[in-house]
Amino acid sequence: MEVLVNKIIKFSNVDGPGNRMAIFLQGCNLNCKYCHNPETINFCNNCGKCIEKCPTNSLSFLEGKVIWDNIKCINCDNCIKICSNSSSPKIVKYTIDSLFEEVLKVKNFIRGITFSGGECTLNFKFIAKFFSKIKRELPNLTCFVDTNGYVDFSKEEYSEFLKNTDFFMLDIKSYTASEHISLTSKNNISILKNLELLIKMDKLYEVRTVVIENFLNNEKTIEEVSNIIKYKKVKYKLIKFRNIGVKNSELKYIKSPDDKYMESLKIIAKNIGVKDVFVI
Amino acid sequence: MNNILNIIKSKNLTFEQKVISLSKEAENSINVLKISEKTKDYLNRGIICDLFEGNAPFRPRYIVPDYEKFMKEGSIFLGLEPATNIWEATNNLLILYKHVPSITTMPVYLGNIDYLLNPFITDVKEAKLAIKLFLKHIDATITDSFCHANIGPKETEAGKIILEIMKELELPTPNLTIKYNDETSDEFSIKAIETALVTAKPSFANEKMFREDFKGEFGIVSCYNGLKVGGGASTLVRIRFGKLAHEAKNINDFFDRVLPDVTKELLAYIDERSRFLIEESGFYESSFLIHENLIDKNKFTGLAGLVGIAEGVNYLLSLEDKKDKFGHSKVANDLGLKIVSEFHNLINNHISKYVGSFFNGKYLLHAQVGIDTDRNESPGCRIPVGEEPEIFDHIIQSAPFHKYFPSGIGDIFVFDETYKNNPQAILDIIKGGFKDNLRYFSLYSSECDVVRVTGYLVKKSEIVKLEKGEAVLRDTEVLGKGARDNGKALERRLRK
Repeated sequence: MEVLVNKIIKFSNVDGPGNRMAIFLQGCNLNCKYCHNPETINFCNNCGKCIEKCPTNSLSFLEGKVIWDNIKCINCDNCIKICSNSSSPKIVKYTIDSLFEEVLKVKNFIRGITFSGGECTLNFKFIAKFFSKIKRELPNLTCFVDTNGYVDFSKEEYSEFLKNTDFFMLDIKSYTASEHISLTSKNNISILKNLELLIKMDKLYEVRTVVIENFLNNEKTIEEVSNIIKYKKVKYKLIKFRNIGVKNSELKYIKSPDDKYMESLKIIAKNIGVKDVFVI
Repeated sequence: MNNILNIIKSKNLTFEQKVISLSKEAENSINVLKISEKTKDYLNRGIICDLFEGNAPFRPRYIVPDYEKFMKEGSIFLGLEPATNIWEATNNLLILYKHVPSITTMPVYLGNIDYLLNPFITDVKEAKLAIKLFLKHIDATITDSFCHANIGPKETEAGKIILEIMKELELPTPNLTIKYNDETSDEFSIKAIETALVTAKPSFANEKMFREDFKGEFGIVSCYNGLKVGGGASTLVRIRFGKLAHEAKNINDFFDRVLPDVTKELLAYIDERSRFLIEESGFYESSFLIHENLIDKNKFTGLAGLVGIAEGVNYLLSLEDKKDKFGHSKVANDLGLKIVSEFHNLINNHISKYVGSFFNGKYLLHAQVGIDTDRNESPGCRIPVGEEPEIFDHIIQSAPFHKYFPSGIGDIFVFDETYKNNPQAILDIIKGGFKDNLRYFSLYSSECDVVRVTGYLVKKSEIVKLEKGEAVLRDTEVLGKGARDNGKALERRLRK
């Protein structure tokens, strides 16, 4: 069993409680206008356009496939910037065992592991197995998943995955269906269902909403989400939209909301009864 | 004589700074130490450096009084009875501090102040006021941030108050270390980290490691130097390895000839400085700290320091046409470790009669953090600022050096603001580092006004004043400006 990894961050402080290894898997089932790491969306189609743009000759063709030399690479990300396929040539294949080796290197320093993406639940079987190995061999580590919630967790095939994942961090991009479709190209029915399910299972650690002023009905989403999560110990993270890395023409020149506006949204959530609201 | 007049007429030295500078001029006007021509040559060329300790040592460089004993017994010389409440306790300590000398003329160690004050806390509100005044008094009168207080390892009410008030005051003095071990609660540690993200202190010391090295009680003193409580260090002389490497023809020559030769001179010089202090200066005969057993001659040693391992290693490898860089290659890191291990052996094989019995005649190693005028010499065994790898790789690279330096070594990490939302993440990193035998860990955040320069703390806003030509309260701000300009000390990699 294998998985394609876009990036591993050995120490992350923004992917759940404490210091965590964050593993970003390749591939996504949404297409958000504000995606700031669009290179995680698709799989490399080996067009080779990036090879000539690489200043250190770290990319080459081998048997029709683009090969990446991580020793020579200086991470200038030119390859990612010119990719017209929303992908990256720097994707690495891992097995359960080889990925576990990466965890062993940092196990003394981390409180847990977080799978993110792209959309990591597209690899739910791998994650279920990997977390099962973690629970067996490194039981001190907690197992988290950061998800857009688009796949329907209530289906039987996800039961092992749900069981082995300690906590989820869920994006609620918009509560309003039409707005969600316009933003992500998909509806939010399963996402809102998953929100209720994860709350019922006591497996929801955090909800995230990206705030774009004068573009989304931020107040509506925050009110609705707050009303759902207020009875539980769930964090609500309000993320300022940032246009860094955004390719969408409607959004790439929109500014980040200011602190005053973010504070007013935080107060909405607090007044409804969410205890732990924070802005980043 | 010209220099004396310059000091007197200076427009940007405080009165106190003038008095200290003038006394240094007087000391340096005599030559009483027996120094070999060879040592003099190394000193003149800046390969051996005594950090301007002065020509006639008349007090130990670092003094680590047994403040516990003082709190129990008071002082006959100072006419102080043991304290009976929090006001008397802070007052007694403040009085004693004014009589504890060191190389800076001011105390470099203030004791485990949480344990010293905790027994006197009856009313939290009153204790907060007393401790606030105590800390403010220290900052405004001990005008040199090499002054260091300790807290922990156990959580106490006093410890929590100290952290809370330091976070509120944002003052550079005193420096602060939390001694961390398995008994330190996560809650107390998180409070310490939250304080450090605002005001660059406390740093974390690996209590278990220091305790083993010092067979019990120890204090963290000056920048981050471990020393024996009730003792101290007579002197600290360092070798600048960035410069020293240039003496070698190749790597073998460095180990066979250059390193043993300079170390021999270094040891002779530490011996001679210690000899004068102990046998001639009269310190041990005149000080009430000795008479009242607050310090014991047998618990003093001397420190052999080093700087510029990174630059030394890179130069030696370049002699053999290798491009490996310290901090980024196994070959370079291994060479660094070999140099330190050889240096450690040479120091450890020397038995000095000027070292107290507690240390069996042996000097200790100290990874010195550099001085403001250093160029091309990174502190101790640190990776040069601007070349720091990812934090995980950084810790794994540096940890193996730490066991050689009971008297101080450590790295400084600057964290992004986002860590304020998740201080547990930093605690996880510290716990991991200490499991890997990291000795000492310092941190601050990108938004701090008080920042750690190399070991000591400065207020960035005070450096701005200094640049405008105004006098500033603390001499360390002058040093901080130099370290910033010459050593890029305020441009460390931001950890996001």
